[in-house]
Amino acid sequence: MASRTFRIWRGEQGADGQFAEYTTDITEGMVVLDAVHQIQAESAGDLAVRWNCKAGKCGSCSAEVNGNPRLMCMTRMSDLPEDRPVTIEPMRTFPLLKDLVTDVSWNFEVKKRIKKFKPRAPDAADGTWRMDQRDVDRVQEFRKCIECFLCQDVCHVLRDSHKHDEFVGPRFFVHAAALEMHPLDTEDRLEELKEAQGVGYCNITKCCTKVCPEHITITDNAIIPLKERVVDRFYDPVRNLFRIVTGR
Amino acid sequence: MQVAEHDVLVIGAGGAGLRAAIEASAAGVSVGLVTKSLLGKAHTVMAEGGIAAALANVDGRDDWRTHFADTMRGGQYVNNPTMAELHAREAPDRVRELEAWGAVFDRTNDQKILQRNFGGHKYPRLAHVGDRTGLEMIRTLQDHGIHLGIDVHMEWTVTRLISDGGRVVGAFGYDREKGRFQVFRAAAVVLATGGIGRAYRVTSNSWEYTGDGHALAYEAGAELIDMEYVQFHPTGMVWPPSVRGILVTEGVRGEGGVLRNSEGNRFMFDDIPDLYTGSTAADAEEGWRYTQGDKEARRPPELLTRDHVARCIVREIKEGRGSPHGGVFLDIAWIKEKLKDSEAHIRRKLPSMYHQFKELAGIDITSEAMEVGPTTHYVMGGVKVDGETQMSRVPGLFAAGECAGGLHGANRLGGNSLSDLLVFGKRAGEHAAKYAGANPRSAASGAENEQVEAATRDALAPLERQDGGGDGVGSYAIQSELQDLMQAKVGIVRSQAELESGLADVLALKERSRNVSVAGNRAYNPGWHTALDLPNLLLVSEAVARTAALRKESRGAHFREDHTAKDEHWGKTTLVVRKGADGEMEIEEEAVTPPREELQQIIEENR
Repeated sequence: MASRTFRIWRGEQGADGQFAEYTTDITEGMVVLDAVHQIQAESAGDLAVRWNCKAGKCGSCSAEVNGNPRLMCMTRMSDLPEDRPVTIEPMRTFPLLKDLVTDVSWNFEVKKRIKKFKPRAPDAADGTWRMDQRDVDRVQEFRKCIECFLCQDVCHVLRDSHKHDEFVGPRFFVHAAALEMHPLDTEDRLEELKEAQGVGYCNITKCCTKVCPEHITITDNAIIPLKERVVDRFYDPVRNLFRIVTGR
Repeated sequence: MQVAEHDVLVIGAGGAGLRAAIEASAAGVSVGLVTKSLLGKAHTVMAEGGIAAALANVDGRDDWRTHFADTMRGGQYVNNPTMAELHAREAPDRVRELEAWGAVFDRTNDQKILQRNFGGHKYPRLAHVGDRTGLEMIRTLQDHGIHLGIDVHMEWTVTRLISDGGRVVGAFGYDREKGRFQVFRAAAVVLATGGIGRAYRVTSNSWEYTGDGHALAYEAGAELIDMEYVQFHPTGMVWPPSVRGILVTEGVRGEGGVLRNSEGNRFMFDDIPDLYTGSTAADAEEGWRYTQGDKEARRPPELLTRDHVARCIVREIKEGRGSPHGGVFLDIAWIKEKLKDSEAHIRRKLPSMYHQFKELAGIDITSEAMEVGPTTHYVMGGVKVDGETQMSRVPGLFAAGECAGGLHGANRLGGNSLSDLLVFGKRAGEHAAKYAGANPRSAASGAENEQVEAATRDALAPLERQDGGGDGVGSYAIQSELQDLMQAKVGIVRSQAELESGLADVLALKERSRNVSVAGNRAYNPGWHTALDLPNLLLVSEAVARTAALRKESRGAHFREDHTAKDEHWGKTTLVVRKGADGEMEIEEEAVTPPREELQQIIEENR
């Protein structure tokens, strides 16, 4: 059993925070979240941390571990360098509530602004639909998203440029892509994607894809196809000419 | 004091709570939805295998009757037959409705919803999305629900229901962010708080599962039934220690995974219960054919009910044939003998299991066996409700999903939980809305003030004791002791002596918990939250220990090594738990409701 040192961000809303140092024993197979819980039970009962499933399925325990956006429950202690303390900070893109917990409510508000699923009329008399597994596979990739918001955390349009009012962020482009590419969906979301939701702000640095714990190919499979659809609709010269000529 | 007002208040935002909120909202009443966590994080996301519904897409012989009979057999015939019937009849519509709301299930070759085999289900019945069906379900309900005008109170915890003149008229709770208090006034309340798994050391459940709904209902005068039946899922991870208890889906066995002991023996063939001898494969070959969809083949013994599989695993471990870390081996990699390209097949069918073992245990399940052992998973017991309306005996108080009792009897079949959430979540929402319409909320009374004052005092007490008022015992320490004692004395294999000793320990802990003190202030303080969850955990633990000590037989998930057989008297008896007039826990024997004649006939035809 080896003892390890942690530097964990402590602070409350509106107050200056700072790192506090804790030492705890690490046993085989432990993940960062286990260490945080152990510290809580041993010496910091009021250390705030969000978590639920502890199996990488709910996306609650997002934080920045040694500067990298990670799920604490899926980050094994044995994968972190042993020669220095483990640093744990809250996601920096969202306002701090306390310690490792941030106010992510903005994400829940943004989602409401994306038009909901609108299926075509059922294919069969019993009100059911037919879909091919191949078509299903494509959207299932997006539907794996566990809403951990790590992609939002690293997106520089949000993190550095604070475009929260004009840009919905990678999570919601994945959501929009899941709807747009849903085999049954008939809604049109391109106008909002271009205007209010700001898909054009993304300049494809792929930071979001790199941190996705579900390994969703966010940029290539979701954002770029949405950008292409927007371009086809609004910037295609042939179509623009057609529009001018026909007045439609 | 802040006040929120709704016609219907739903407590809990997993599958059942969301479905109830959607239904109530669709009925035109105002709805508040309270959740301890963020929206979409509830334990429903952990459900992996699928939703049981007799769609008959894969095997045309399936119908609601067979599903009903399977559910009753799995529950050892002490289920509430009305609930088992409604569940089997309505589950297909509830699944199709999810598709209409955007869920994307895996497909059959003819483009319908694909269904897979699962323990105790005669035909392939589980609609699924790989092994992340629960996530698909909760996200679908969430994304549908957010457009309906439901008021969602995220990260709020209810600690007490408010009653007036015999009916429930609201709730009292605190928010995690600041520790603010609030009264939620409502004409009807739906409890959908899930289970009690945190009462045990080894569990697949998250911090939220502290028996809140069970305890709120009990304190408000409702009854609990079947509390002795706690399901230990046979396959949880056992290594490394920090992941012990995390679920390994039954879908692994449904796709052909087999259980072996340290001698390489498929021990599940050694002990087939009488109820299942005719429906179990004669040998490994027949079992494999079953998992691959051969309609003539019978199911492999790994797909027997969870209670039985869990006990067989415990037996192997106890008798010295376990795996190095105290489990047994679950092997899906062996199918490479049968399928070319098995590696890709496993990763496609069981993606999150692949991911989970790879990242948490460093095991590649496509080439190595997993080590698994039982983990506390589900409580069959819960609030006693009317089978059709889901209302408890307290007017205005409804319960749905895991915190309601009756549907699953002595043992729940895999896949019947997600369908339970949908079927009875909808019913609870519908009837709560109806009740609220017919019995509007009256103006706040003195009764509310009194109860709110008491609830405020109780909530603040652990913080106020921190300066020398208590004996310094911390909330984490009490919870941890409780988990150890429940695991050791009120676990999978039970005896009178251990149960009585376990009960004494729970009661002693309850005394000590009155002095629990926590450090820090009211802002997002997990030590304080844990302290406020303790009374609920202790209450459900007491109920489990008391009822388990009374039921002197083995049935379903309740196994007594001192009474290993089933008993005729107990087979007709339900144990009902309520708060007595003296404030002590009172337990009464009540006759199990027999199924009506038509249903009895279906059971006989499917024996």
